[in-house]
Amino acid sequence: MNIVVCVKYVPDAQADRGFDEADLTTNRESVDGLLSELDEYAVEEALKIAESGEGAVTVITIGPDQAADAVKKALQMGADKGVHVNDEAIKGSDALATSLILAEAIKKVGMPDLVLTGMASTDGTMGVVPAMLAERLALPQVTYASELTVDGGTVTARRDGDTASETIFGAVPALISVTDQINEPRYPSFKGIMAAKKKPVETWTLADLGIDAGQVGAAGSSTEVISVAKRPPREQGEIVTDEGDGGTKLAEFLAGRKFI
Amino acid sequence: MAEIFVLVDHANGQVRKTTAEMLTIAARLGEPSAVYLGPGAAEAAATLGKFGAGRVYAMDSADLTGYLVVPQAEFLAALVGKLKPGAVLIPSNPAGKEIAARVAVKTGSGLVTDAIDVQPGDGGIETTKSVFAGSYTVKAKVTKGTPIICVKPNSAAPQEKPAAGQVVPVNLTISDAAKTAQITEAKEKQASGRPELTEAAIVVSGGRGTGGDFSPVETFADSLGAAVGASRAAVDAGWYPHTSQVGQTGKQVSPQLYVACGISGAIQHRAGMQTSKTIVAINKDPEAPIFELVDFGVVGDLFTVLPQATEKVQASKG
Repeated sequence: MNIVVCVKYVPDAQADRGFDEADLTTNRESVDGLLSELDEYAVEEALKIAESGEGAVTVITIGPDQAADAVKKALQMGADKGVHVNDEAIKGSDALATSLILAEAIKKVGMPDLVLTGMASTDGTMGVVPAMLAERLALPQVTYASELTVDGGTVTARRDGDTASETIFGAVPALISVTDQINEPRYPSFKGIMAAKKKPVETWTLADLGIDAGQVGAAGSSTEVISVAKRPPREQGEIVTDEGDGGTKLAEFLAGRKFI
Repeated sequence: MAEIFVLVDHANGQVRKTTAEMLTIAARLGEPSAVYLGPGAAEAAATLGKFGAGRVYAMDSADLTGYLVVPQAEFLAALVGKLKPGAVLIPSNPAGKEIAARVAVKTGSGLVTDAIDVQPGDGGIETTKSVFAGSYTVKAKVTKGTPIICVKPNSAAPQEKPAAGQVVPVNLTISDAAKTAQITEAKEKQASGRPELTEAAIVVSGGRGTGGDFSPVETFADSLGAAVGASRAAVDAGWYPHTSQVGQTGKQVSPQLYVACGISGAIQHRAGMQTSKTIVAINKDPEAPIFELVDFGVVGDLFTVLPQATEKVQASKG
């Protein structure tokens, strides 16, 4: 079973994330980045499926030079090969433009049996690219899987919603997004880290994918950022130490704010 | 005035508060029309009309509801193509965002998700969202096609604005291509009797500090009529269901009051609650990062502080 996993290089959530003042895009240069944590679950699930049969796991990312780190991490975990779409014109792409590039890259790799993604990125957090990819590639959409069974030509997933837990059933080929409930991603082993150095990574430009620069980036996107503003940091309020009256003081605070 | 579509958020016919909020927003932008998918449109029409829906486009078919989101996206995209509304408002939950994603691709339209405010602007509809764990506020607009905007709960105070609420049945044949991911089983969750997490005015959450015993958290929440949330640590430990997780990979909540009990306040959690109006924390560790955010904090054991606070709250009710 051949699997493509789409991964994203994101600014570290622990760091001071921000925007480039000139063009209001996410600052991906001066903040340390890494493979989006939520994508590790997709890589892990792909490896588990591949290990139970035959087939290769290809990892695709889009992003600037440093985004190669996201591919590297996935290769260290055990993926077989990587694709890095890197083109200056991509900067500023919205979700629609991003999904267009990913769809074309997947077609160029060769349509796999499964396309796996995380449930959302940890920077944009929209969670819409998987559905857009399924739409563009005309694949069954099996998203937010917290449990997944791939059996020959079919996939069955558990999707937990607010009011019900649903079982979703589709045929292969399919697009699947997974939640952080699905597995426990492995850490790269020393052997994995050494092996990754020899694994093939191709770097493609928009021209390689037959995409016109005007279709992506800020110019090709369908949304425009008007302004960004840093929220003023919250000011620390009163902290009391419980000396037998902590609960009473808490209730007094809530009463003062008219919550009770 | 352009028609503004609102995709009705309902659970088996029960119209959620988010729908009234979206209709209120729609009334700022144009003439609100509801789009109701699934059974119960006739019963819901009165509520939808009360909050400003002139028309209620409705379809009820197993073709729409028996498959994951795609038929609903196909229906909505067809309706957008036919009636050319000024904008489409959709609930910003996982299914809503996925429907919106596909409608955006199908209609060549721009998409904004997680909007906390939507206003008519000089150069088109302006949306506001909170990003990077609530550390930035971003205003954006759609520049192509029909603005598709996913709106978070509590983004507007519902205002009654009586309108006809006329049900307009729409019969559309759903393509086979849209019916490729079937919902073969749906296990209904047991209702907790508490408010929905993302809609609640008050949220009380428990974390590692509960040691797995959520009873003081739940009792305190019930005294305030609050929803109960949990940190990722508590969910990963199997103490509380994932659907109650507050944080980056769970729900993002923005209530009037958020009470964090035995939660250290890692970035993962802060991403889900940092924009709450008032924040209170109880934690044994005076160095817990959650205290950096609070309006009021108690350094102490939640197993003694919460029951005492619960008693005082109940006493004040008389």
